[in-house]
Amino acid sequence: MAICGTTLNTISVFRWHWVPIYCRSNISPCQQQRRELRGAQRASKVKAYYGLKSPPYKLDALEPFMSRRTLERHWGDHHHDYVEGLNKQLEKNDILYGYTMNELIKVTYNNGNPLPEFNNAAQVWNHDFFWESMQPGGGKMPMLGLLKQIEKDFGSFTNFREKFTEAALTLFGSGWVWLVLKRNQKQLAVVKTSNAINPLVWDDIPIIGLDMWEHAYYLDYKNDRGEYVNVFMNHLVSWNAAAARMARAQAFVNLGEPKIPVA
Amino acid sequence: MALRTFVTRKSLGGLGLGLQQLRGLQTFSLPDLPYDYGALEPVISGEIMHLHHQKHHQTYVTNYNKALEQLDDAMAKGDSSTVVKLQNAIKFNGGGHINHSTFWKNLAPIHEGGGEHPKDSLGWAIDTHFGSLEAMVQRMNAEGAALQGSGWVWLGVDKELKKLVIETTANQDPLVTKGPNLVPLLGIDVWEHAYYLQYKNVRPDYLKNIWKVINWKYASEVYEKECP
Repeated sequence: MAICGTTLNTISVFRWHWVPIYCRSNISPCQQQRRELRGAQRASKVKAYYGLKSPPYKLDALEPFMSRRTLERHWGDHHHDYVEGLNKQLEKNDILYGYTMNELIKVTYNNGNPLPEFNNAAQVWNHDFFWESMQPGGGKMPMLGLLKQIEKDFGSFTNFREKFTEAALTLFGSGWVWLVLKRNQKQLAVVKTSNAINPLVWDDIPIIGLDMWEHAYYLDYKNDRGEYVNVFMNHLVSWNAAAARMARAQAFVNLGEPKIPVA
Repeated sequence: MALRTFVTRKSLGGLGLGLQQLRGLQTFSLPDLPYDYGALEPVISGEIMHLHHQKHHQTYVTNYNKALEQLDDAMAKGDSSTVVKLQNAIKFNGGGHINHSTFWKNLAPIHEGGGEHPKDSLGWAIDTHFGSLEAMVQRMNAEGAALQGSGWVWLGVDKELKKLVIETTANQDPLVTKGPNLVPLLGIDVWEHAYYLQYKNVRPDYLKNIWKVINWKYASEVYEKECP
């Protein structure tokens, strides 16, 4: 039997060990796919290893900061094409088929010498993460623990925001900007990556991601990247999602003892 | 010790300072387009040409000049770490300036010969090397479409080996970064800003159509200069 996981966050994906298909698509639930047993004859035609996951809001929910037109193109065409491309590649590849998305990204990154599947796999993940890094009515400030951690690691929220903006504007070519929790240093940091690379390949934990490929902002902002980044920070970024990811990250990274007030 | 100043070559000329070596810092400026913004319609929209030239190319020129100024400063002070740090900005912005300057010359309105097939030695070289012009175009389009992220696809000539090559470069790397003897004949910008407003994510359509406004005359001139 196939399982449909509507994952709460994109970092973990459920998988039954003896059934290779898991669908993450919100659009067509469990009835969709034919069964496939590992090693048995392949079902013809429709085969989906990964599904296109919808953003957690309607495509016009981010107006006027990110237009419906952009979401339709960015999600409906770009993100969709990455998913299709990845599925086509996995169809032909017996070794990579069956990995979880995180594992797939690390394996295809191949320590800096990426395999052809890397671009599609990473971009599928990156865009899932990106949609969930935004929300209608976003922006403003993080709260409580996350804010404290940002202040601890950057000095102040303003400083973090400056660093994030600077990274976005000094990125050459296509890429992404991340607020990431570095596992080894046990600290938050701002990181910029090229093309499809994301912090998972270095085993770090992304908290917020911003797409700086031109297709992400060109229809709405033309070449005014500064405005795009400002709008993202002021009106789009989802600190709720960031807080949830941070909470989960603390299961893996010990950020120190909590300060419990003494009665 | 050479005295370095921020004086352009023009003003130096009249000063007659023969005794000391003066190093002028050349600043670069945005070259004019040899045609109107709307002249390449409907292949490339006037809006894209305007933004591409006035905003993107201008930004590369501005930042290139800035980086060169900082480099000059750092060199004067002997600040090696800054000199090295600036190399990426120079490659990116200087490359952007070089590439786009070539790009504007690579395009021509249809009524001025854009899209007219190459004749003479370049046409012959293409047929010899690739089989036919169509085959070459197809290969270039395939490479351009497959390029991930931002970059350029080039038809170039190796001036030592006298051979034609098709290459891609990432971001704003000029063709010469793929081989010191490579000279660009034609470059096609496959950064999303070059086509997105019109073709959206369908880069293959942009690549298919741009050949209608390619200026083969310029490419032939460059080729004949390198391979007389």
